[in-house]
Amino acid sequence: MSWFKRIRQGITTTTREKKETPEGLWYKCADCKHIAPAADNEANLWVCIKCGHHQRIGSEDYFSILFDEDEYQELFAKLKSGDPLSFTDTQPYKDRVESSMKKTKLKDAMKVAVGDIDGESVVVACMDFSFIGGSMGSVVGEKIARSIDYCIEHKLPLLIISKSGGARMMEAAYSLMQMAKTSAKLTQLSAAKLPFISLLTDPTTGGVTASFAMLGDLNISEPGALIGFAGPRVVKETIGKELPKGFQTSEFVLEHGFLDKIVERKDLKAFIAKMVRMLAK
Amino acid sequence: MNYLDFEKPIAELADQIEKQKQIAEKNKVDASQTILQLEDKLEQTRKEIYGNLTPWQRVQVSRHPDRPYTLAYINHITDGTFTELHGDRTVKDDKAMVGGFGSIDGRTVMFIGQQKGINLKMRQLRNFGMPNPEGYRKALRLMKLAEKFNKPIVTIIDTPGAFPGIEAEERGQGEAIARNLFEMTLLKVPVICIIIGEGASGGALGIGIGDRVLMLENTWYSVISPESCSSILWRSWDHKETAASALKLTPNDMLGNGLIDGIIKEPIGGAHTNQEETFCRVKKEILKNLTELDKLSSDARVIHRIEKFSNMGVVVE
Repeated sequence: MSWFKRIRQGITTTTREKKETPEGLWYKCADCKHIAPAADNEANLWVCIKCGHHQRIGSEDYFSILFDEDEYQELFAKLKSGDPLSFTDTQPYKDRVESSMKKTKLKDAMKVAVGDIDGESVVVACMDFSFIGGSMGSVVGEKIARSIDYCIEHKLPLLIISKSGGARMMEAAYSLMQMAKTSAKLTQLSAAKLPFISLLTDPTTGGVTASFAMLGDLNISEPGALIGFAGPRVVKETIGKELPKGFQTSEFVLEHGFLDKIVERKDLKAFIAKMVRMLAK
Repeated sequence: MNYLDFEKPIAELADQIEKQKQIAEKNKVDASQTILQLEDKLEQTRKEIYGNLTPWQRVQVSRHPDRPYTLAYINHITDGTFTELHGDRTVKDDKAMVGGFGSIDGRTVMFIGQQKGINLKMRQLRNFGMPNPEGYRKALRLMKLAEKFNKPIVTIIDTPGAFPGIEAEERGQGEAIARNLFEMTLLKVPVICIIIGEGASGGALGIGIGDRVLMLENTWYSVISPESCSSILWRSWDHKETAASALKLTPNDMLGNGLIDGIIKEPIGGAHTNQEETFCRVKKEILKNLTELDKLSSDARVIHRIEKFSNMGVVVE
């Protein structure tokens, strides 16, 4: 016998009558499901207050974390994707780009800015995963190439923040050649003896991992990021069994010797500034 | 001989010729006239079919089971002087990537390339031409060796991709390819890259940075295979033909878009119908390009290489 007895059957509140929680007031951690006020979450740099899970954030968020007083100058902001192959799959590539632009208010999957990080002037090129999965097409390649020219001209260090599924399929071989292009340009930055710090964030896979992201003088990452060449689904299909726990996380990649350090988001600014100073002196 | 689905008319004619020959032999009659006519017709059919290959058909030819693989080219071009060298000096010897010195018209050249297997057992040994990180590191070691002794490098590309396995990830597949892109840009010796079959994505590009990048006529080069592209964008393999066209992966498209430097014509009917002739043409191209590249200083070659790849891409301002 239960203490309470249901008099009427079923839930009677219609969906329309339910009190809606306004969007964006609360944040639920994707990892531990902890719910925290969105403002607290933002104040904690989009890192879960309970479990430390680093959420995916955009280029402007990184700029606000890194640059002193959130002051910076965006570079090469006008670059947009062409459609050299008139590519069409389930929808024309042109439309895909247009709708991504509308949805994200971005022009492509990378923004470049120059500004001071703890007083050190640095060029930061940061990818946006929200724009077609952060895929690398001609715009990303060209922005990196121009960033490198800018760094050489102004004798500045370069920080690239990667967050990408890899090459952009809709630009086919053009996107493949961005791997060659960015790597070739990095030889010039290297010859100029200017520091290149590569920050790999969740996720960094495919052609981005297999080009500039792995070529930093320092390769660093945030905790718990997915980093790999082949995506986990492809690896799983290849070997035909479950992947080991922690496979392709930053901790895994550090353990196997391909990262210099895992840096928490709260320490990022200080770390970058410190390393830039150390490498310069 | 193996025939692809669209080669059926060719197969039928070849079959007829064979039958005529047997009948002539058996009955001791002269069928040479009929056979000649049939052979003529076969040649004509071949020309027609191969003159109008769709992008997907070209992908199929690039994987033709009778098509020669890397070592066949190298052994023929170097007239049997090829000496294979092994190992990346770190982990192991990757059988999917071969390399070594060989002599071509009296000149020592470093040859490097992905190797597919010629039968089931060898295909497994060669991992279907899909290198692991140690393969790319072996390739780089050999390139550096060639550079030290001032020998030009020829890379031969034929891979369905870099291997996507657990150990490949543990040993840094991404880093290995990235390192090669960086280091190949700076090589002081001439580098010629030739795609002889499949040029799939980063796995191909990992040995694909050169002063000259050439494609054989019936090959493909792109960021992804048509099948995988179809499965990602259309969520099924059924659209591979459409994907093959959309990717613009044929040698003509690639040359037209300025992403490669030249095309090597194959005998009508594909490289496998006349391997000897194919090898000769490839050898001739290598020699021709080496002569041209010899005229430049090593610094000039590196500058041109960087410029060439830096100019790839289409953006709107």
